[in-house]
Amino acid sequence: MRPRFYELLRRALDEDENVWAVTAEIGSTPIGPHPRHVDVGIREQLLIGVAAGLALEGRRPVAHSYTPFLVERPYEQIKLDLGHNGLGAILVSTGASYDAAREGRTHQAPEDVAALAALPGWTIHVPGHADELEHLFRDALRGDDRVYIRLSAEANHARVDGGGFTLLRRGTTGAPLVLAVGPTLAPTLAATAELDVGVAYLATVRPFPRAALPEALADGDAVVLVEPYLAGTSSAEVSAALLDRPHRLLALGVPNEEFRHYGTGPEHRAAHGLDAQGIRASLEGFLRRAAGI
Amino acid sequence: MTTFTSLGYDDLPELLTLLTGDEKHDRSSLSTLDAIWVLYDRVLDDGDRFLLSKGHGPAAYYAVLAAQGLLPVELLEGFGGFDSPLGNHPDRVLAPGVDLSTGSLGHGLPIAAGVALTGRRVFCLVGDAELEEGSNWEAVQFAGRSRLDSLTVIVIDNHSSTGGWPGGIGPRFAAEGWTAASADGRDHDALEGALTRRRENAPHVVVAEVARR
Repeated sequence: MRPRFYELLRRALDEDENVWAVTAEIGSTPIGPHPRHVDVGIREQLLIGVAAGLALEGRRPVAHSYTPFLVERPYEQIKLDLGHNGLGAILVSTGASYDAAREGRTHQAPEDVAALAALPGWTIHVPGHADELEHLFRDALRGDDRVYIRLSAEANHARVDGGGFTLLRRGTTGAPLVLAVGPTLAPTLAATAELDVGVAYLATVRPFPRAALPEALADGDAVVLVEPYLAGTSSAEVSAALLDRPHRLLALGVPNEEFRHYGTGPEHRAAHGLDAQGIRASLEGFLRRAAGI
Repeated sequence: MTTFTSLGYDDLPELLTLLTGDEKHDRSSLSTLDAIWVLYDRVLDDGDRFLLSKGHGPAAYYAVLAAQGLLPVELLEGFGGFDSPLGNHPDRVLAPGVDLSTGSLGHGLPIAAGVALTGRRVFCLVGDAELEEGSNWEAVQFAGRSRLDSLTVIVIDNHSSTGGWPGGIGPRFAAEGWTAASADGRDHDALEGALTRRRENAPHVVVAEVARR
């Protein structure tokens, strides 16, 4: 997904003179030299400030860095320089929740989507495939709003067409609905292959599809949310979507705890219960509790 | 409604008296008065931008904007009110003539660097205490090394920085590749001269000394 982004950004710089790329060392080399590629050095507050200044002049800035350095370190700049000033930019992160498992906690930011979702006016994309990224990034370039795109080393086997919320499979009447976000779709499909559940996919998590969720749930009352970042990030959105319906919710994701392990992304995914086996175990437990077993 | 037939520098005190809201930073608002006036009256051309990074001192800014006809005078009387577009920290979405919403310190200069990258002439006003924020120095370093010569920073130095700036403020900018000048922050001719000094391939800083009242 990351190489595709660099390819897309280089092409956008060549084709659209309104587009600017702003980096803070990370990603600077693969994007390469261009008159409208500005590398500000290891200065992440400036990364967002410069993007805001370009937006103030009507340009379309694309700011890029590792997730914690793009979202967390300059969080006040994101809130004020962009949001409060009513300015738009495209922020594209790499690293996701635990792509940098070997680097440790300093390079991991599973709370990024929750943090950005706490600010008004952000569209947040979590593509599960490089082809989805291409579609979402091109759309974002055409706008002037605030867009966050979360790249990930994890990817599904194939893209899902249809944009936002996509119902992939229906269960029988009253069956639970499993909503998989971005790259969690592949393990979710494997985990639910023999279960009577509906499965839906979501790559654009903000704004959340509040109207589509109740429709897809049909007569069911149980929702399982599988998110590749902080567990429960979209729980309040599910509650809002089902405001008038009694429902039960299981929210899977990265736990809110200091996780002091290195290793690999797949090891972290398994430890957080986000591989197929873990999702299956959580889902079966949830269904047993629902059945009073 | 208060009306003015001809507004100039001498009208500013009367405009300031219209700002009857709870202005908590009166001293700092006045420290910027002459520099902002000189900018709007003598320096800024059409198409230039002015970014007040020192957003906690907006009374002088609002008064100058009103005197220059960029902000309706009648808005001054509601300053700080629930429905007023003018508050203790300016909001570009609400206030006519305001180019940037500021208040949290250290945001204006990095944004000004982004503006300058497009080639637009931009002036950014900061305070000497505001320079304690590290975000300013990210921008100072970058602008100097990128030779952003359309960027001018005005530092209002009323000696309110904790611990001061040993060696002076101007030399710190100069070390990063800026041209630096200083002026009496109440002397209009000196301010104009320092702000319009010709330079090439370097951003410019003017340190405007103002006595702490």
